[in-house]
Amino acid sequence: MASSNSLMDNLFQRSLEDLIKGLRLQLLGESFFISKSLEEIRREIKSTDLSTKSIALQKLSYLAALHGVDMSWAAFHAVEVVSSSRFSDKRIGYHAITQSFNDQTPVLLLITNQLRKDLNSSNEYEVSLALECLSRIGTDDLARDLTSEVFTLLGSSKVLVRKKAIGVVLRVFDKYPDAVKVCFKRLVENLESSDPQILSAVVGVFCELTTKDPRSYLPLAPEFYKILVDSRNNWDLIKVLKIFAKLALVEPRLAKKVADPICELMRRTVGKSLLFECIRTVVSSLSDQETALKLAVAKIREFLVDDDRNLKYLGLHALSIVAPKHLWAVLENKEAVVKALSDEDPNVKLEALHLLMSMVNEDNVSEISRILMNYALKSDPFFCNEIIASILLACSRNSYEIIVDFDWYLSLLGEMARIPHCQRGQEIGHQLIDIGTRVKDARLELVRVSRALLIDPALLGNQFLHPILSAAAWASGEYVEFSKTPYEIAEALLQPRTSLLAPSVRAIYIHSTFKVLVFSLAVYFSAQEPTSSPLVEESTSSGSSPVNGITYKSISSLVNMIELGLCSLSGTLDVEVQERAKNVLGFIGMIKHKIAEKVTTQESETEASRAVAFMEDVFSEELGPVTSTAQEKVPLPDGLELKESLEDLQEICGEFLKPVVDSNSNSNSFSSSENISFSVAKLRISDQKEASSSSSHPPESASLLAEHRKRHGLYYLSSQKNDDHNDNNGDNNNTLNEYPPANEISVDSFNTKKKMNQSKQRPVVVQLDEGDGLKTKPDASNNDEPLSRAIQTALMGKGKEKEREKDNPERDLDSRIKGRSSGREKKTKKKNGEKSSKHRSRRRSDKEASAAEPVEIPDFLL
Amino acid sequence: MIKAVMMLNTQGKPRLAKFYDYLPVEKQQELIRGVFSVLCSRPENVSNFLEIDSLFGPDSRLVYKHYATLYFVLVFDGSENELAMLDLIQVLVETLDKCFSNVCELDIVFNYSKMHAVLDEIVFGGQVLETSSAEVMKAVEEISKLEAASNSISLVPKSVSGWRGR
Repeated sequence: MASSNSLMDNLFQRSLEDLIKGLRLQLLGESFFISKSLEEIRREIKSTDLSTKSIALQKLSYLAALHGVDMSWAAFHAVEVVSSSRFSDKRIGYHAITQSFNDQTPVLLLITNQLRKDLNSSNEYEVSLALECLSRIGTDDLARDLTSEVFTLLGSSKVLVRKKAIGVVLRVFDKYPDAVKVCFKRLVENLESSDPQILSAVVGVFCELTTKDPRSYLPLAPEFYKILVDSRNNWDLIKVLKIFAKLALVEPRLAKKVADPICELMRRTVGKSLLFECIRTVVSSLSDQETALKLAVAKIREFLVDDDRNLKYLGLHALSIVAPKHLWAVLENKEAVVKALSDEDPNVKLEALHLLMSMVNEDNVSEISRILMNYALKSDPFFCNEIIASILLACSRNSYEIIVDFDWYLSLLGEMARIPHCQRGQEIGHQLIDIGTRVKDARLELVRVSRALLIDPALLGNQFLHPILSAAAWASGEYVEFSKTPYEIAEALLQPRTSLLAPSVRAIYIHSTFKVLVFSLAVYFSAQEPTSSPLVEESTSSGSSPVNGITYKSISSLVNMIELGLCSLSGTLDVEVQERAKNVLGFIGMIKHKIAEKVTTQESETEASRAVAFMEDVFSEELGPVTSTAQEKVPLPDGLELKESLEDLQEICGEFLKPVVDSNSNSNSFSSSENISFSVAKLRISDQKEASSSSSHPPESASLLAEHRKRHGLYYLSSQKNDDHNDNNGDNNNTLNEYPPANEISVDSFNTKKKMNQSKQRPVVVQLDEGDGLKTKPDASNNDEPLSRAIQTALMGKGKEKEREKDNPERDLDSRIKGRSSGREKKTKKKNGEKSSKHRSRRRSDKEASAAEPVEIPDFLL
Repeated sequence: MIKAVMMLNTQGKPRLAKFYDYLPVEKQQELIRGVFSVLCSRPENVSNFLEIDSLFGPDSRLVYKHYATLYFVLVFDGSENELAMLDLIQVLVETLDKCFSNVCELDIVFNYSKMHAVLDEIVFGGQVLETSSAEVMKAVEEISKLEAASNSISLVPKSVSGWRGR
């Protein structure tokens, strides 16, 4: 029964072609047809007949490759098929294996012997199938077990086999570094091969090996140099150039040596691919060679003006490699770069944009930004946002290093917000706030820009702009003293369309309204009795445009408007919006009738003015930028064990309670400090509830805060100066009350030498001590260590050296150099002799020392 | 190293897909779809390069060429030259042209096995091993001969298979 089934299967089995035809007809729908075919395949693949099995496997491979059908279940069948003696079956089997096996495939071990058998086959095509398979799925075990076969094949007389054996070496070395001992010599010998196919293969392998670990292959530089000079094959030359690009980075003297032949190639070649590779090698690795670089830049210019967009793109790409070190190369081609911005090709445009941004400095930033903004207005949304993002990035680098005129930059940010496609609201909003906190002199303009954004009802409809609006609202509230028209701002903050904002943004709007209100009230109260509160006076006079003439009429209309605007929000679902609205309304309720009183009574110290003065203090503390590394600056106090487990939590809790008792004894001395309102201002409470209640009894809240501060003082950032906090607590009430700065702020004084010519002086930009950038992690250790060690031993080992000298003396590096540059040789002969003997002795000690020692440099370089 | 070779038609159907590092089939299909979605959005007469770090990881590049109804796509890393890879696509197409005399999409659809034979001679485990289409043709013809010879030994000719179950 089984045999007849198998015969039937065999007779009526669909071939791959039938399967493809069926798929194309799609009478049943593709997925249904595939699942039906899979059923067939599952049945056929169990057949005892190998050819039935192999055709089933072939169909499965096809479905896996092009229709994403899983074939891992057929791994064992692939192993069966590959053992077939028929070539076509074997090919199908190997194809399936390379396609579906990975390191975890359980039946992988079963193919070792089959591979060995096929590697030893007399049929070169069977050998090449096995080699292909090994190069794709070779594991550590396979590479180890088959190293000797690969070694044999490296010397094969058949070119087809030998070149593939060379190709497979890459995988074998990668998986089994010890194979270097066996195979490396033969591999190197192939560098001298006269057969172009072999040479291509071996150069390709060395290109890959060098990319991973350039240092180990420095000793082979003479061989590569010979190919660079002699070869006429563009493919080989490209690979050799890539090798030298890597080698020159680890051995600068090589750069000088290869510069001439590369220039020669650049002048001679017609192949654009080779020309581009020369250019890339020069700009990335030989950029210190002046003549080579000049020639390369000249060739780049040819690329830039070429009609072929590929060349234009690559030319721009090459420029961007050279830009960081040699900006002149970009500046020379500025016109071409700007022109490329309007190219149809998105790649060309993007590359041009990146280049343009690399050119930006403080002198041309406004010009370049102007050009880019014009492009942004007429570009497609994607490119438009790329432009905006790169302007933002370039201008904010190193705390706005290149910005001199912040007023200009802020208005640029305002303009960006109005570009229709703008989706970078987050970043723009962040920078608005950042500049507000860092650059004092820019606040006036910031408030002006914010006002323009806030009063435009159209912007509220675009949700990408909400982060910008939120920043603008915050700035208008925080720096309201710079505003000429607080009433207008409050109106803008409460306009009906703010209902389109997300609750979190709306909360900021309301809070800013609160600040505007408090500010206006403070001005109102202080205007009529200038002696009431020194602080309020100070803050109004500090604004460059003090708001004058807030009359009873205007203040009451402001209060009414805010009350009206917010009363609808007191029932909002979002708790934060509701809470903030209620806070403001509560404050208004408290203050409202006092405003009217103010006109009639001439009492100097009313409750209302005290409350307002208090709120004014609450908002008067400046917010500063905080460095990302602020946390690290907190010194670890003695006795704080962060790494200990919380096993004895009880004990810790007990300790935790102790300081409270201590601080209670001190609290008396604290609460007697003369100026309560001053200390509260420094402590910056932002919670309105507490604030409004504390207006009646501020001493209590202040002492509570002081207590809290004492208890948790350790957990706040303390300035470096007061390392000893106990001392600080006991000695001085004033320092105790001062909130330690969140960071050490240093102010960068503007560089007079550089900016003498500027019509406008650069304002002071607050910078954080240790830069704002994140620390870079140290490089990961070399993963290829076993391989590089093996290679270095193979190339430098004493035995190897002797062998080389004995076997083919013409390979000796010293003698080689004689032929090439005999003139120089004479001069340095003595020197060389000394050096080589030194080298030899050093090499010997090298072997004893660790393999991490730097590799010796071949004498021909000297 | 070459990471992947793909041939997609203008409808996004893969006609040949080969990944030189092991990837699960789902991932392969995802990458094919990802590549096609970028390709089909590109206008004619633009450069043949794509930034595809998002799909294939850092330092990967992609070149493609559009012939009639097919996109030929090569994905590779920094140790290949972009223009040389374009030439390689040319080599591949030339070889296929010789193989099928005026190659068209249908040839590629129906000659799965031969397509791989051609490709395997040119790209070996991710390395470019042969760039002369004459050499490739020689090897591919030998392979065809060997396959024909081994098939003739078989007692049951496969060509008579029917349309069972229709």
